[in-house]
Amino acid sequence: MKIKGLIFAGALATATIMSSPAHANRDYISIVGSSTVYPFATVVAEQFGKTTQFKTPKIESTGSGGGLKLFCAGVGVDHPDITNASRAIKKSEQEKCAANGIKDIIEVKIGYDGIVLANSKKADQIELTRKDIFMALAKEVPGKDGKLMANPYKTWKDVNSSLPPVAIEVLGPPPTSGTRDAFVELAMEGGAKKFESLAALRKEDKKAFQNIAHTLREDGAYVEAGENDNLIVQKLQANPNALGIFGFSFLDQNSDVVQGSMVDGEAPTFENIADGKYPVSRPLFFYVKKAHVGTIPGIAEYLAEFANEKAWGAEGYLADKGMIPMPDAERQQFASDVKNLKPMAMK
Amino acid sequence: MQPSQPTNAFSPEFNKRLKRRYRAEQRFKLMGIGAIFIALAFLVFLLSTIISGGYSAFKQTYIKLDVTLDKEYFPDEDLARGDFQGIVKKSLYSMFSEVSGRKDKRMLNSLVSKGAAFQLMDMVEEDPSLIGTSFSVWVPAKDDVDMLMKGNIDMDQPEGNRRIKDKQYEWITALENGERLQMRFNKTFFSSGDSREPELAGILSAVKGSFYTLVITLLLSFPMGVAAAIYLEEFAPDNKFTDLIEININNLAAVPSIIFGLLGLAIFINFWGIPRSTPLVGGLVLTLMTLPTIIIAARASLKSVPPSIREAALGVGASKVQTVFHHVLPLALPGMLTGTIIGMAQALGETAPLLMIGMVAFIVDVPTSFTDPAAALPVQIYLWADSPERAFTEKTSAAIMILLGFLILMNAAAVFMRKKFEIKW
Repeated sequence: MKIKGLIFAGALATATIMSSPAHANRDYISIVGSSTVYPFATVVAEQFGKTTQFKTPKIESTGSGGGLKLFCAGVGVDHPDITNASRAIKKSEQEKCAANGIKDIIEVKIGYDGIVLANSKKADQIELTRKDIFMALAKEVPGKDGKLMANPYKTWKDVNSSLPPVAIEVLGPPPTSGTRDAFVELAMEGGAKKFESLAALRKEDKKAFQNIAHTLREDGAYVEAGENDNLIVQKLQANPNALGIFGFSFLDQNSDVVQGSMVDGEAPTFENIADGKYPVSRPLFFYVKKAHVGTIPGIAEYLAEFANEKAWGAEGYLADKGMIPMPDAERQQFASDVKNLKPMAMK
Repeated sequence: MQPSQPTNAFSPEFNKRLKRRYRAEQRFKLMGIGAIFIALAFLVFLLSTIISGGYSAFKQTYIKLDVTLDKEYFPDEDLARGDFQGIVKKSLYSMFSEVSGRKDKRMLNSLVSKGAAFQLMDMVEEDPSLIGTSFSVWVPAKDDVDMLMKGNIDMDQPEGNRRIKDKQYEWITALENGERLQMRFNKTFFSSGDSREPELAGILSAVKGSFYTLVITLLLSFPMGVAAAIYLEEFAPDNKFTDLIEININNLAAVPSIIFGLLGLAIFINFWGIPRSTPLVGGLVLTLMTLPTIIIAARASLKSVPPSIREAALGVGASKVQTVFHHVLPLALPGMLTGTIIGMAQALGETAPLLMIGMVAFIVDVPTSFTDPAAALPVQIYLWADSPERAFTEKTSAAIMILLGFLILMNAAAVFMRKKFEIKW
């Protein structure tokens, strides 16, 4: 009879678990979104959890696009309260949100992130221009006659005679990554604009221009190294000839083994990114569902912790983690928007 | 007769062939030994890199501070709102009174972990009478200091390339000489949840998350798996339909686990509305994954019970159900449990399906129920491997060691049970 008892006990336990209320009221903040914002948002969440009576928010790293998809799925405890993004929300996403009953979204810009091209300290620092980057990495580049052709450049010297004669090998993030989106938008587009024929195309047909500027070559010169930036840093150490693309915080933490390349004459330093001199930098955001403020405990307090000089200020703890703070005026603007829970306008 | 000394009774051709056959045998043996050797070498390499990279995470650098909890730091009724960071700073300034200037002070403050203030807060909340007194306390050092003590920062590099600057190095040396710096056993690693500060990060929330998840998996998959196996093996008629079921179960055991994650997302979260990131939904998904393994193992062990047992039971008038539950199942149970433990070990190491159901998340609070958000051990490893701070590298290896430890423990339990209860017919 022992076995029968065992089975009975198992069935009972199963029934208890299954019947436990699945729709319990959530007493913690649920955050999803960008893996670039993740290292910063988690620091704030931890600080918030330890210094207030509220539970520590749960933060999932889903990528910017994935986060907004979850965020816009609806209002209620089943859906996240906040999504982090390493780019601004798109019009289509905002419309989807509105269609699902999410009318008021609070947009909070938290700071900037520089995207760096870096190589091993064992090699020399490289000085690039955005035009070099475009010529080295685009799938199709304009030839001498201005007509597009498959990228013929094999070495950096082919691209620009002042660069070393080593084969082009760049390790970077896959297309799902927000870092990649920002890289093609800022570095590649910036480089493509330097060509007269492409600049003319941009005026006529923006879509076609972006198509050219955003398509990276697939012949092995650009290597998709996955979302793990630590892995890229390790690969750069093993291969001094390769360049890697990743966020500034990883350069900041690994400055003894890798060095950032100069872009358009500016080195990727904290000061240069904060001043806006370094050309490849992007804003970081998070979006809050206004309807959840007040229903899920702690959202207003979490926002206050984030929009605080101690956190996002010029000398705050987020700057210590490698985030580039906004200029003072911009910071004050967003701090007051956050305080008044001012929803963003429809795009 | 010794085969190596053939007598002349055999023809020379025979002797040649014989030699060739021995040589072939020798070659095959050598290849086999070679294969084992290569596999062992990989294993040793894997274990040695993980252990040599991770053992240092079990130690952590602590700094001794003399703190004075003046009343002025507690303007509020609520003791948790006291300026603990200020207390820590004051203690540092009094130790290095020559430090002035905002930048230098910032550098000095960054030697001590943020956890120091939290530690003081906990102490005061536990014993409010501490306010107004002075005492010495060991607090965790910042991860950069810890990395320096563990020899992971090269002080020969130019200053701009190091996380520890020359001035900080001086202060650290002074602390060391004053016996205020010590490597101690890292209790935090086992007693706290995840943190973005490497020196405060711990494995407990992940271990508990994995535990709750596995409890659900075991409670659901074991009874269901055994019941399915008993029916299929003992009661089901042998026809095309049961054949189809059998083939499908075997196929399911080979389905990539991420697919179960997608299924879980669609059914458990989107349709049933079970909250994301909880051990409950994680356990349900892993149940789907382990069920086929358990059914196959349970059927194999039922099959190994000799038919004579069943015939004897039926012969003395037992019903089919009595035969199975009184005689066959007790004999098959050890084998079933072994299969279950191995299935559980597999589930413990699984990350891919958990990705889809939101268990790859930053969880600081240690979960206390099946519906609290939780991470799992392999997820914790994945998250730490992706963190920019260098000190997380050793944490990653340490977490791998703990996961491997649990796996070895579970497999050892399976071996032990097999040895202890195994019946040879």
